[in-house]
Amino acid sequence: MKQRTDPVERRDFLRRGLRGIMAAALGAAGLTGMARARKKEWRWQLDPEKCRQCGRCATACVLSPSAVKCVHAYALCGYCDLCGGYHQPYVKDVDSAAENQLCPTSAIRRTFVEDPYYEYTIDQDLCIGCGVCVKGCASFGNGSLFLQVMHDRCVNCNECAIARVCPAQAFRRVPAEQPYLLKG
Amino acid sequence: MRGSVIVLAAAGILLPAVAGPVTAVERFPRPDFETAYEMPATQAPLPRGAAWDWIDVVLMVVALAVASYFGLRRRSRLGLLLLSVACVLYFGFWRHGCVCPVGAVQNVAMGLFGQGYAVPLTVIFLFLLPLLFALLFGRVFCAAVCPLGAVQDLVVWKPIRLPVWLTGVLGSIPVVFLGLGVLAATAGAGFLICRLDPFVGFFRLGASMPMMVFGVALLALGVVVARPYCRFLCPYGVLLGWLSRLAKWHVTITPTECINCRLCEDACPFGAIRVPTPQATETRRVGVRRLTLLLGLLPVFVVGGGWVVSRMYIPMSRLHPVVLQAERVLGEDLGLVEGTTLESDVFRRSGVPESDLYAEALAVRRRFRNGSWIFGSFLGLVIGVRLIEFSVRRKREFHTIDRESCLSCGRCFLACPKERELREGMKAAG
Repeated sequence: MKQRTDPVERRDFLRRGLRGIMAAALGAAGLTGMARARKKEWRWQLDPEKCRQCGRCATACVLSPSAVKCVHAYALCGYCDLCGGYHQPYVKDVDSAAENQLCPTSAIRRTFVEDPYYEYTIDQDLCIGCGVCVKGCASFGNGSLFLQVMHDRCVNCNECAIARVCPAQAFRRVPAEQPYLLKG
Repeated sequence: MRGSVIVLAAAGILLPAVAGPVTAVERFPRPDFETAYEMPATQAPLPRGAAWDWIDVVLMVVALAVASYFGLRRRSRLGLLLLSVACVLYFGFWRHGCVCPVGAVQNVAMGLFGQGYAVPLTVIFLFLLPLLFALLFGRVFCAAVCPLGAVQDLVVWKPIRLPVWLTGVLGSIPVVFLGLGVLAATAGAGFLICRLDPFVGFFRLGASMPMMVFGVALLALGVVVARPYCRFLCPYGVLLGWLSRLAKWHVTITPTECINCRLCEDACPFGAIRVPTPQATETRRVGVRRLTLLLGLLPVFVVGGGWVVSRMYIPMSRLHPVVLQAERVLGEDLGLVEGTTLESDVFRRSGVPESDLYAEALAVRRRFRNGSWIFGSFLGLVIGVRLIEFSVRRKREFHTIDRESCLSCGRCFLACPKERELREGMKAAG
């Protein structure tokens, strides 16, 4: 009789022991994690200083249109009549005609402020995050237009599909309380 | 005024022709507004509050508790089915299946061993809760809560029984995936498990073509091979399976006792039911000798595994974009490759010295080299222990559940005549 029950009791004891150890391990892992966590939530953001306006933001995002949009740091803008981010290079007429615009979706609105200043605002519902205007503004302008991940649209994937293909590795996680890396 | 702007424009237009670093340079002076113009603020909408993530944690606890209740106490396959539909709708389509406990393994690994990443509290809970429930009640997370599992479970129609050796071999893939995913996450190469998530594209209602094909293929396969991702790919399932073996309580086939009627043998689409063993076919001495041999070989497996996998650290390091970029730039410099890629172009335009890039790539490679030793040793250990388990012939008198592979789905309940008896009895009693 004793031979039959011994292995079962031994196995049961081992099982209970291991269970206790695993429960303790899970608890320890949880506590360690909590100690380091400090209530930090993360969001993805792109660093405009590293961005090279390759255009992948528009295509790589899991959302369509992309959660990355162009934003404007008005404080840096020169408010120029001929805008490097708005106008095609070598335009003949400096106006708001569609054929003279760089933006493929015509998302930039050009409004006259006072002579010779024009205000350029981005309609985020039209912007696809292609970065053509950013490139233009950086080449011939003050670099006041730049791309950012917009957090009213971004679903905050655990693995950002754009971050993975960004050639400049411009994407990183930032705290959710300060989810933008704005210029100026 | 206009003339000076045109002159500046002419000068500025020539600048883009020179491929210099494209960053902010203040070429044009700030405007001096005379009218009362108010500069608008740069758009920066705030993200969704963190409170929503906590609601998900609470709902996860509720779902796990309900799954445990339906599986262990009520023994209701219908209850589990309804719960899985609800979880597919909420955790899947509403929450897009992200962040999920399966991916959370990587977040936790990165938080513990990576650089400068603190795991959010909600993610820690999402990671630990299914594991805790597995330690208590078995794989109830897999039963009805995990949206990936639930989606596959809902398409099971004509499941075939796979040969044991095949299940064993395929069952090692999740372990490899787990190790590789943890290695990639801790080395800063990103989240491999998330990249290979087959169903997140469906949940988001938008996916790339390869992702869509992968998901559809797995679901199509799932019609005849039940839950292929869960059994042969899911890295989190490895952990859940191990803890489930230690579970205090677990679903059982019979509500009372097993009479070896054998009616449940074909009831499990995942092959998790173990039949009673015949009388001993070998002497105790042979078994002990084999066990001693395998135990002695265990350190060989561990070190051997570590050595074999560490030989592959260079190709594995290519999971990291910096390593790929450095290899490309070096290849171009040495004339080994033709042309340039966007990555090498962007690097050259950035003005960062090549030595910096190579130094970073070498640091990443070093992380992969050390990590691959650990990964390989872990793999060797798991294989060694598995072999030991296969060699130990445990006597089984009744039909029992293999707790490691049982997904607590409840399909076996109605196959058992004792269960039917109980339900008839309850119905008769009213």
